[in-house]
Amino acid sequence: MNFSEVFKQSNQLCKVSPDGKYLATCVQYRLVVRDVETLQILQLYTCLDQISHMDWSSDSLFILCAMYKRGLVQVWSLEQPDWHCKIDEGSIGLVSSRWSPDGRHILNTTEFHLRVTVWSLCTKAVSYIKYPKACQKGIDFSRDGCYMALAERRDCKDFVSVFVCDDWHLLRHFETETQDLAGLEWSPNGCVLAVWDSCLEYKVLLYSLDGRLLSTYSAYEWSLGVKSVTWSPSSQFLAIGSYDEKVRILNHITWKKITQFEHPATINNTKAVVYKEVVKRPAVCSDDLSLHNITIGNTLFNTQSKYEICPTPVQLPVVKPDPDRANPKIGISTLAFSSDSRYLATKNDNMASVVWVWDVQKMSLVAVLEQTTAVRCFQWDPRRPRLALCTGNTKLYLWSPAGCVSVQVPTEGGFQVQSLNWHCSGDSLILLGKEQLCLCYMDNDQEDK
Amino acid sequence: MSPSRQNNLVSSLPLSRSSYNVISAFCTEDNMPQCISYINQELDSLGLCSTRIEASSPGGATINTVSALNAMYEIMTIHRRNMCNLEELEKDQLKTSSNLDHIQMNNSRLKDQLELSIREKSGLHETERQLQLKIKTLQSCLKTEKDEVQKLQSIIASRASQYSHDAKRKERETAKIKERLNQLLVDRKDKKLAMDVLNSVGRSDGKRSHWKTTKTTASHEGEMYKSLLNDYEVSQRSLMLENAELKKVLQQMKKEMIHILSPRPSRDDSRDQAESDGEEKVGDSSRETLDQSCEQAREQLTNSIRQQWRKLRNHMEKLDSQASKVQNQMESNKEVVQRETHEDEMERMRREVQQCKEFIHAQQQLLQQQLHTSFDDETAALLNDCYTLEEKERLKEEWRLFEDQKRNFERERKNFTDAAIRLGREKKAFEEDRASWLKNQFLNMTPFTDRRRCSSSDGQSALSIRSEPEMRMSSTKSPPAKSSTYAAFSTPKPTQSATVPSTTELYRTLRLIPDSSSSRHSKRGCWPESSTIEDGDFRVKSNRIRCGDLSIFSLGGDENSLT
Repeated sequence: MNFSEVFKQSNQLCKVSPDGKYLATCVQYRLVVRDVETLQILQLYTCLDQISHMDWSSDSLFILCAMYKRGLVQVWSLEQPDWHCKIDEGSIGLVSSRWSPDGRHILNTTEFHLRVTVWSLCTKAVSYIKYPKACQKGIDFSRDGCYMALAERRDCKDFVSVFVCDDWHLLRHFETETQDLAGLEWSPNGCVLAVWDSCLEYKVLLYSLDGRLLSTYSAYEWSLGVKSVTWSPSSQFLAIGSYDEKVRILNHITWKKITQFEHPATINNTKAVVYKEVVKRPAVCSDDLSLHNITIGNTLFNTQSKYEICPTPVQLPVVKPDPDRANPKIGISTLAFSSDSRYLATKNDNMASVVWVWDVQKMSLVAVLEQTTAVRCFQWDPRRPRLALCTGNTKLYLWSPAGCVSVQVPTEGGFQVQSLNWHCSGDSLILLGKEQLCLCYMDNDQEDK
Repeated sequence: MSPSRQNNLVSSLPLSRSSYNVISAFCTEDNMPQCISYINQELDSLGLCSTRIEASSPGGATINTVSALNAMYEIMTIHRRNMCNLEELEKDQLKTSSNLDHIQMNNSRLKDQLELSIREKSGLHETERQLQLKIKTLQSCLKTEKDEVQKLQSIIASRASQYSHDAKRKERETAKIKERLNQLLVDRKDKKLAMDVLNSVGRSDGKRSHWKTTKTTASHEGEMYKSLLNDYEVSQRSLMLENAELKKVLQQMKKEMIHILSPRPSRDDSRDQAESDGEEKVGDSSRETLDQSCEQAREQLTNSIRQQWRKLRNHMEKLDSQASKVQNQMESNKEVVQRETHEDEMERMRREVQQCKEFIHAQQQLLQQQLHTSFDDETAALLNDCYTLEEKERLKEEWRLFEDQKRNFERERKNFTDAAIRLGREKKAFEEDRASWLKNQFLNMTPFTDRRRCSSSDGQSALSIRSEPEMRMSSTKSPPAKSSTYAAFSTPKPTQSATVPSTTELYRTLRLIPDSSSSRHSKRGCWPESSTIEDGDFRVKSNRIRCGDLSIFSLGGDENSLT
């Protein structure tokens, strides 16, 4: 495992191009494009204001930089550095900006979600979509890039509009049976749209591409409901994480629950492996506390940690959420399937320092990773069943069915890993700190421990 | 009581009237003074000491009437008093009896009341208990209800907080909108929204864009439906494959079950079943060719599978019962004997194995001991020393024995030699005597021609004659050697060349060698043949023997021949 040197970035804006060749980072108002292998700067663009959002187009030719405060979007071309494009939303403001799947249209959501403006780079034409819903996830593009589903709210009712991304033709427009639609997501095969209600009501609706309601699923009433939803990459399963600390899995044939995964505070399952991160502090000898040692030896203060396998039963640390506050820190907030649909990683906000890994084939718990602090981010390798996670300290943790390893990021000055992203090839990881980023190149020839 | 008393009183009156007669009987003119004294005594006893009946005249024919009247009066007062007392007592008695009655009545009444109240109490207890039970159940219900209420309350609370949060958010947003609206209305400087592009970019797929027409909308619809249909077809295909697989598996199972159930010829129903199954199979296969997903075929298949499974299960149960029966019958069977012998064999083999194991174990232990002892040098050396010491001791012992034996042997040898010498001497003496006697005889008998020659020839001839028996007598040694020696003996001068006969020769001649005459020497021990230690001594002795006793040998030989 090799680590690159540390680069500056701002706003956690650091993305690899879809073809995996370039790495774009934002530093204040500059956009820096590097080559992924050599990390040499290829292009440098300057925007008009501090960049709030940055994204690659799907063909890796263009990058959009949105400046929400100014209501501006600037688009840069990789092929022609001289080419420029500036979209000014004017006084209507800008809340979010994104590419369309064909990489030639930009969808801007105006302030207060008044409308969605579709700007075309080919024809300079503008389209408007009225009444978009301001919710957790109101827009989703299908994986093949053909269709876009948009959540709308009119007259206190929720609607879903399906657009053909080719020419933004409204294909279907139907009302949903939700009280307050919180999000929608296409299945990876693009044929089913999952729509879920806000947390006040547990309801997940499944619509087919042509707008027919296929099925409704509601696990219980009255208590707080759905917190997170994700499809398995094979479209076979829909995993629903809810506030009652359970994950329910629906199958794509009958749309009925086939199993539910519970996240209890005490683990009695003997088949699961419980990895506990154990921190060893290096012994500091009082004689050696010279200035030389303190300045040079960062490693002196860097604590070593390793994983220990704990025998069941294991007690996990639970943090009780404040009952009076809205959106309590309880329930399954993060769900992620591995790329082969074999494993599901979940995180219960109640036990924020624990990541649970489930085997979807056997429908059972495979591993539990207990960290010392709250887990900030985890992501599956896009090629193989390997999970990378970080907890905001200077370490990177990797889990695979073979085992678990904790790697110290060897940088000076203590690089706190706040989030991470896999490269699309699965060969490297981009680690993002507060103001810094670092690349970690995996050694995929030999088995990772 | 009182009436009886009265009766007594009444009866006493007539009695008194009739008693007058008695009294008159009591007192007569004769016994007047006695009567008077008796009455006075009675009056005294009644306590009327002062009142006495006096006789008016001595002799007591009459009495003093005054005193008599006084006495009577006193007695009457006493009587009246008694009567009053009696009345009072009777009254009291009446009272007490009525009291008693009253109390008894009360008592019984109270007892009844008590019983009643006790019964009531038990009844109340019972009702109380039931009520307590009810209370408990109601309390538990109440608890559950409270819990549920609490849960609902918490849910309501969380929902309320969520609602309020959302409402606040919305309010904030509306506030912002209002502000913005205000700002816009005031500003009026509308920043035009515009896009400033250097040049248009080509489409991602490189083609030209199309006009929006109904045809395009229709084509979009068509494409959408196409993709949906594709997906459905794919899933249907996979489901059909799965279905076909499962059906195949079920068919296989059914066939196997039929196969398992059919081979027993005693069961008629299975044969029938096989026939009917055959029909079914035919039916099924024909149906298979038609349509896999035919509802009826599916149902039939599942039904037949269920039937077969039930049969199989029954069959298994029967087998189980049969097996248990057979188990019970096993004792009287031949198999039992076989098993017993088998078991005996097993036992024997086990024992053998055990023994072998023990043996090996013991061997191993000893080996271990050996190895372990060899490791420790000091103790090994010590042990070795011990062993060698033992051996040395033994050796010493044996040497000692050997020395003893040698000494014995020497002693006996000495004795032998002494005896031999003595014998030799005696023999010599005897020979000399004999010789002289013979000489004398000869001299007496024959004329002397050549004494010397004759003597020598005699000697020679005698010697030769003697040598012959010597030859005969001696077992192994060569006669010429002896004859030479004897020839040497004939000359009185000692010859240096005369070799001393070896020990063995000597012994042989003396018949002392154990191979020929071991039985003779009863008192001798066993003589080692190769003792050359005392040859020197012997040579000396033999020299001495040689000097004059050489003829002893011949004599001895002769003697022996003669004997």
